[in-house]
Amino acid sequence: MAWQRIEDGSDAVPVRLVVEGRPVQARAGDTVAAAMLAVGVAVFRETPVSGAPRAPLCMMGVCFDCLVEVDGRPNVQACMTPVAEGMQICLQHGARRPEGA
Amino acid sequence: MSGAANDFGDIDTIVVGGGVVGLSLAYGLKKAGERVLLLDEGDDAYRAARGNFGLVWVQGKGLGCPAYARWTMQSAAAWPAFADELRERTGVDVELSQIGGLTMCLHDDEMAERAAQLTRLRHDLAQAYPVEMWDGAAVRKLIPQTGPDVVGAVWCPLDGHASPLRLLRALLQGYDSLGGRLAAGSRVEAITPRAGGFHVRTTFGTFAAPKVVLAAGLGNRTLAPQVGLTAPVAPNRGQILVTERVQPFLRHPTLYVRQTGEGVLQIGDSKEDAGFDDGTTLAQLSRIAARAVRCFPLLERMNIVRTWGALRVMSPDGLPIYQASTRHPGAFVITCHSGITLAPQHAGALVDWILGGTEPQPLQHFKAERFDGMATH
Repeated sequence: MAWQRIEDGSDAVPVRLVVEGRPVQARAGDTVAAAMLAVGVAVFRETPVSGAPRAPLCMMGVCFDCLVEVDGRPNVQACMTPVAEGMQICLQHGARRPEGA
Repeated sequence: MSGAANDFGDIDTIVVGGGVVGLSLAYGLKKAGERVLLLDEGDDAYRAARGNFGLVWVQGKGLGCPAYARWTMQSAAAWPAFADELRERTGVDVELSQIGGLTMCLHDDEMAERAAQLTRLRHDLAQAYPVEMWDGAAVRKLIPQTGPDVVGAVWCPLDGHASPLRLLRALLQGYDSLGGRLAAGSRVEAITPRAGGFHVRTTFGTFAAPKVVLAAGLGNRTLAPQVGLTAPVAPNRGQILVTERVQPFLRHPTLYVRQTGEGVLQIGDSKEDAGFDDGTTLAQLSRIAARAVRCFPLLERMNIVRTWGALRVMSPDGLPIYQASTRHPGAFVITCHSGITLAPQHAGALVDWILGGTEPQPLQHFKAERFDGMATH
C-alpha cells in the first residue's frame, strides 16, 4: 500500500463510508482524501479533457486534483471534506454530471 | 527621425495589432503572397481577443443597417471552410459549431421587442432571413434543461460558436507556417507617412513598408489620425464567468450562456461604460449569474472557477470601421467588435480589397466618415 497511518489508531472513533459501492472504515477526523488513501485508492478521478488519472497532490485545498462525488454532489474536494457516517463516495470519470446537488 | 531597421524592399505590409482582427488580416495577406510584418503590443495590452465570448453570431445584427446583416451572414457562411482550412494547415481544431443559437427571453415585453426588431430587419433586408420567434415550449423541446422562467427565444439556425483562444492560436500558427514575421512586444509609438510608404516607430525599432494596416483595437483611436484616418472607438466592458468542466448538455449556444468544447459553461451578458477599467464587479457578476440560473436552473449548483472583464472595441454605432486613407494611400484602418464572427471576411474579402481588388459592396456603409461632425468622447 502506498500510504499508511503513522499511529495505530486503537482509540480512534470508527466512521463507515461507502467508496464506489465498497464499505470502507475511516476514523473520525479524517478527510475523505485521507480515508481513501489509507484504504489504497490510488486514482481519484480521470480528467475531463485527456482522461489522465489524478490523485490528491496538495492535500490542502489548492490543487483540485482530488475531486470526487460525495453523496451525489459532484466535484467535491476530498481533501477539504471531513468524513461522516454513511457517506457515499463515487469516483468521477471525466467531467462532472450537469445534475447533482 | 531615425531611419528604419529595414528598407522598403522587404516588407509589403505592416499590420499593427496581433489580436483576432490583426491576425486574420495578417494571415490572409500572407496567404495572398504579401511579405507581412505583424506588430503585437504585448500582454499588458487590453487584448479584447483574449477576453471575448466566442460567438459566431448572426441574429440581432444589422438593425438599421441591413448591409451589416449581409456582411455578417456572408462571414457565417464562410466559417466552415475557414475552420477546415485552419485545421488542415495547423492541426488546430477551433471547435466551430454552427447548429443554431438562441437568445432566451424572460419577459413577454422582451419577446415583443425582439419580435418587432426582427420584423423591421426582415423588411429592410428584403431577402431570406431564417430567424424565428419561439415560444417557451419550443425552447424546452430543444433544450430540456431550460428553466420555467424562459417565456421564449429568438432562434437563428445560422448562429454558432467557436473557441476564440484556439482561433487565435490557429491564426498565429497558420501565419507563422506561411513565413509571416511577428514582432512581439512592440508597441507602436508613431507612424510617419514617407515617400513610398510609412515609417512605423515601435519600442522594438522602426520599420518601413509601403502599406500599413491598423488593427490595434482601442489603439486605433490614436494611430489612425497619424495616417489621415479616424477611428472614434471607445471601450465597452463585458464581464464573463466560467464554470468547472461539465458533461455536455448545452449543444446550442445562447447569447449569454454557451458550453465550450471542453465542457466549460461560459456566462456573460454585461455592457458597461467603465472607461479603461477591465476589472470585474460583484454587482454585475451576481446579476449575470442570476439571469443565467433563471435560463438554466441546473447552473445554480455549478462551481464558478474564474471571472474576468474585457473591453469591447465599440464604434459610436456599433458597426465596423473599414477605411482606406485617401490622404496617405496605402494606410488602412480596420476595427470591429465581432472579430470572431467576421474573421473569415477579414482574412478573405477584406484582404482582397486591401490588395487593390474591388471594394465589397457593404464596405460603403462602414467608412469612418459617417461619424464626421458628430461629437465623440
